Amino acid sequence: MFELLQYNFIQNALAAAILASIACGIIGVYVVVKKIVFISGGIAHASFGGIGLGYYLGINPMFGVLPFSLVSALVMGTVSKKSKIPEDSAIGILWSLGMALGIIFVYLTPGYAPDLMTYLFGNILTVPRSDLYFMLALDIVIVGAVYLFYKEFLALCFDEEFTTVQGLPTEKLYLLLLCIIALTIVVLIKVVGIILVIALLTIPASLSRKFTHNLKQMMLISITFGTVISVTGIGLSYALDVPSGATIILILSLVYGLAAFGMEILENRRISEN
Amino acid sequence: MEKVIELKDVWVRYGNQTILEAISLELKEPNGLLGIIGPNGGGKTTFLKVLLGLLKPYRGGVKIFGKTPEKSRELVGYVPQYKGFDFDFPISVWEVVLTGRMSHTGLLRKYREEDKKAAEEALKTVEMFQYRDRQIGQLSGGQRQRVFIARALATNPKLLLLDEPNAGLDPHMQDELYRLLDRLKQKMAIIMVTHDLSAVSVYVDKIACLNRTLHYHDSREIPIEDLEATYQCPVELIAHGIPHRVLSNHEGNS
Repeated sequence: MFELLQYNFIQNALAAAILASIACGIIGVYVVVKKIVFISGGIAHASFGGIGLGYYLGINPMFGVLPFSLVSALVMGTVSKKSKIPEDSAIGILWSLGMALGIIFVYLTPGYAPDLMTYLFGNILTVPRSDLYFMLALDIVIVGAVYLFYKEFLALCFDEEFTTVQGLPTEKLYLLLLCIIALTIVVLIKVVGIILVIALLTIPASLSRKFTHNLKQMMLISITFGTVISVTGIGLSYALDVPSGATIILILSLVYGLAAFGMEILENRRISEN
Repeated sequence: MEKVIELKDVWVRYGNQTILEAISLELKEPNGLLGIIGPNGGGKTTFLKVLLGLLKPYRGGVKIFGKTPEKSRELVGYVPQYKGFDFDFPISVWEVVLTGRMSHTGLLRKYREEDKKAAEEALKTVEMFQYRDRQIGQLSGGQRQRVFIARALATNPKLLLLDEPNAGLDPHMQDELYRLLDRLKQKMAIIMVTHDLSAVSVYVDKIACLNRTLHYHDSREIPIEDLEATYQCPVELIAHGIPHRVLSNHEGNS
């Protein structure tokens, strides 16, 4: 197994797994405790428009997806709060609008769109070194923003109305949080693809919630779970020659299911003993 | 001296439904407890949100300590109503109470020593300091309510607003809550809204009825007509164990 580590692509894959786990470990906790899974899924899927735009303009799709996902986050956050239509309907509309734009852009691009499947379903074994630097830069921005706004985000997620009463600009803070989620999605795209991004934003954080009631500890546990499981997934997908993104998510779901089931049994036993 | 609150002809609408109609209210004394009763859906929460500046009336003026609600936030403590709240949220009692300091601390700054002192004092006032490391979901309903009061107190308010603070509490815990408010009202003005008539029996100093319109007589008694107009049905109060009458004696009502 260890000779595998000599391969460049395996080293890159491991680095990508760690960078992705840091981003999704921290931000997934906010997604889960603030219950904004659906809007996060919307931002992720709408970002496909950015991939299409990247192909159409002939640039690296990662550079197309970054601005596009940020705009999606801002539009979705604003529309879902301000418009008269119900929030989930607004998200649903923008979700599909972004994807539709992506499909049109890809269609209009002359010739053939290489690696399109990579962006949809992820392939961590093909992450180039340049993308790693890009992911690292985004990770630094994400960690820095959470460090600066830790107290504000905690208050916002716990009780938005009270935070407003305290005189904080909660609407702007919420939009900022959505933008950081958008950056996280960009980090995760190469690992699991747009379609499966939401799994990395929800499963490690939900799993960590079973072990602690402290937000910072949740983040650390969630990063650890994410790293261990995605590295396992990479190994397994290489050994079995199956897609890496889907493998990682199958393992995550399995571990989550086992943990939830196991804890339920422990809980019932504790109750019946008392 | 500055008036605690001053509302002049305040109207609030949601869509084309009028929630609050021509509300005028002045509260001058810097301490004491005003109980506002009214049926569910009568606009009680809306009324508090107007005082907090969360809702803008489309007509009329609101002044809190002579300033707009937005500018008086450091002086107002708020205890919202928690229905369908996620008590599984990963936050400790201590962290919850500290969020009541944010109007003083401001954006992007860490909590200072004085914020921690204020939070500690607030928790001691409600006798919850020993529970500071507990996660919020590991408390009983009454303890949790006290933590939310502590969060409001951490702001060092001169006006404390409570939305149905007795909801979901058993009679013993309600009694404890009222005794706590009785202590607090020596130092600040308190407004409590509730749909529970018996709640406002003993400890309130002033009482008002709210059902779209507000009936207020600057006293602790309300004429039965006001109460019936508010609830839109005949109201019978059984003054069981209540040391004073909520209702004044009425002519032809002996």
